[in-house]
Amino acid sequence: MPEIRNFTLNFGPQHPSAHGVLRLVLEMDGEVIERADPHIGLLHRATEKLAESKPFNQSIGYMDRLDYVSMMCNEHAYVLAIEKLLGIEPPIRAQYIRVMFDEVTRILNHLLWLGSHALDIGAMTVFLYCFREREDLMDCYEAVSGARMHATYYRPGGVYRDLPEEMPKYRPSKWRSEREVRRLNAEREGSLLDFLERFTERFPKRVDEYETLLTDNRIWKQRTVGIGVVPPERALALGFSGPMLRGSGIAWDLRRKQPYEVYDRLDFDIPVGTNGDCYDRYLVRIEEMRQSNRIIRQCIDWLRANPGPVMVDDHKVAPPPREEMKRDMEALIHHFKLFSEGYCVPEGEAYAAVEHPKGEFGIYIVSDGANKPYRLKIRAPGFAHLSAMDEMARGHMLADVVAIIGTQDIVFGEIDR
Amino acid sequence: MTGAADKLAERIRGRFGEAVRACKVALGEVTVEIAPERLVEVCTALRDEPELRFEQLMDLCGVDYLAYGDTDWETTEASATGFSRGRGREPEEGPRWKGPRFAVVYHLLSVTHNRRLRLRVFAPDDEFPVVPTVTGVWPSANWYEREAFDLFGIVFEGHPDLRRILTDYGFVGHPFRKDFPLSGHVEVRYDPERGRVVYEPVSIEPRVNTPRVIRRDPHCARTGDAAGEEA
Repeated sequence: MPEIRNFTLNFGPQHPSAHGVLRLVLEMDGEVIERADPHIGLLHRATEKLAESKPFNQSIGYMDRLDYVSMMCNEHAYVLAIEKLLGIEPPIRAQYIRVMFDEVTRILNHLLWLGSHALDIGAMTVFLYCFREREDLMDCYEAVSGARMHATYYRPGGVYRDLPEEMPKYRPSKWRSEREVRRLNAEREGSLLDFLERFTERFPKRVDEYETLLTDNRIWKQRTVGIGVVPPERALALGFSGPMLRGSGIAWDLRRKQPYEVYDRLDFDIPVGTNGDCYDRYLVRIEEMRQSNRIIRQCIDWLRANPGPVMVDDHKVAPPPREEMKRDMEALIHHFKLFSEGYCVPEGEAYAAVEHPKGEFGIYIVSDGANKPYRLKIRAPGFAHLSAMDEMARGHMLADVVAIIGTQDIVFGEIDR
Repeated sequence: MTGAADKLAERIRGRFGEAVRACKVALGEVTVEIAPERLVEVCTALRDEPELRFEQLMDLCGVDYLAYGDTDWETTEASATGFSRGRGREPEEGPRWKGPRFAVVYHLLSVTHNRRLRLRVFAPDDEFPVVPTVTGVWPSANWYEREAFDLFGIVFEGHPDLRRILTDYGFVGHPFRKDFPLSGHVEVRYDPERGRVVYEPVSIEPRVNTPRVIRRDPHCARTGDAAGEEA
């Protein structure tokens, strides 16, 4: 009988299931994985080094580009860290807006995760369904910040501007007839909050649709149940957070345990898994979407009833209103100083973490008192999750690696930074 | 909140005695500076002792203190001539930072007690910074330590697999060190004649768009106050 040897398989970096530029070097024994060695860094842009050379506010845009499917949550951790160092607190309305958009972002992220995860392991339709709902939420991003993805909406001291009174509307063009535009714009009557409320009304039914396609689906279960099992003690040791930790049965959520902004005033539940496999993590994320929907509804009600400022009234940190700049010398100087030199942050260090859709997203800033951070460290949840790839994939079949990459919710923008 | 942080600082100071070089509470966060030779022992105790139980290492990162407190120019008093843009750094009386250059910062999280803790370890030797590894205490340290090695050149003694992680295959240097230029040393392009990608020295000049300044003048009084409270 000829000798059977292990062989090494190169997976990626241009593989559609690698969720970006992941290169996996797999040592295989037949179709069973003996060792997985992820090679990362193909998308390394040195965000942290770049941030050291720029005034604080100019790096907010870089945060969007870290985890490019949950943009505003990245910004949130960054502005929280700066606010902690500056010792300022945004107005309450800004806090509600941030929470609302954090949850919009969570749904956006989970929808993309669900669509691509399902696509990877053989369910095409879910992808199309998910992207239908994502489109509406992208419109909310656009209405509030002008950009569908890289919003740069959160600022130290609040948010860039208040919620718009009306949604942007479609106009008839060569590609869209009058009738179609009328149908599309019917949704867009009223303010952003009206639009978002109509979304939250229909969204739970949409989640039911996804569940109809997957939850009891025999193929889906065969691909996910018992795959990539992580016991709770290992999940802690490996530095897991977010749904990866909750899927293993540890009820840990920063929104509850270390509440920031107004999460302590809101009513929501934390779903927890029991087996720590891919299927449980799927269930956890599905339930998180429903809970996010609940949080958004509460925020909408509050925001309707309570108008007010959305930015601190301190022109050392926040720009003065445009009208004021036209007639007030001091406002003009403030504006010029803020956008040329920025503000100096007191000496010290701070770590601020948010419950990002993928886990704990933390920003550690060391400031020496200058107008630029001395050192910025981004704690990306995906980095810790991917480092556990070897342990999770060992002993599984090659096809399960795809399921494990999917369940880890890998996005290379944040891992490579 | 601050009360709990003070209590934790007190407990750690009492428990580890000599191993704790400094321990301070700022902005509600506890920062403990540990002697490198006792790091692993302290970390194991922090993870296992029922009163501490820091079962998670959330983050580990290197810090290079070479240029700490340095600015592109001083602005304590107004000058009559003003400043030109993009001016290079003037040679000064030397670096302001007097301590060791490289530090490793650990962010721990206790899920049991819902607490955070920051550890800092300074590498004794600036030329060849070495710190013991904590991969034996928290497996999640593996990649974080590889990253700190890659970006700062800090060597983690006892690490099972200390390879570069984020930079390119065959990269030379440690890019996050403060004396490594932002534009790097080499650039790549595709050479159609040779039919492959070639590496060349960078052609762009490093420049400063916004100078780095530290202001402590009266119009930033509020920030000055906050700094005062901390100290």
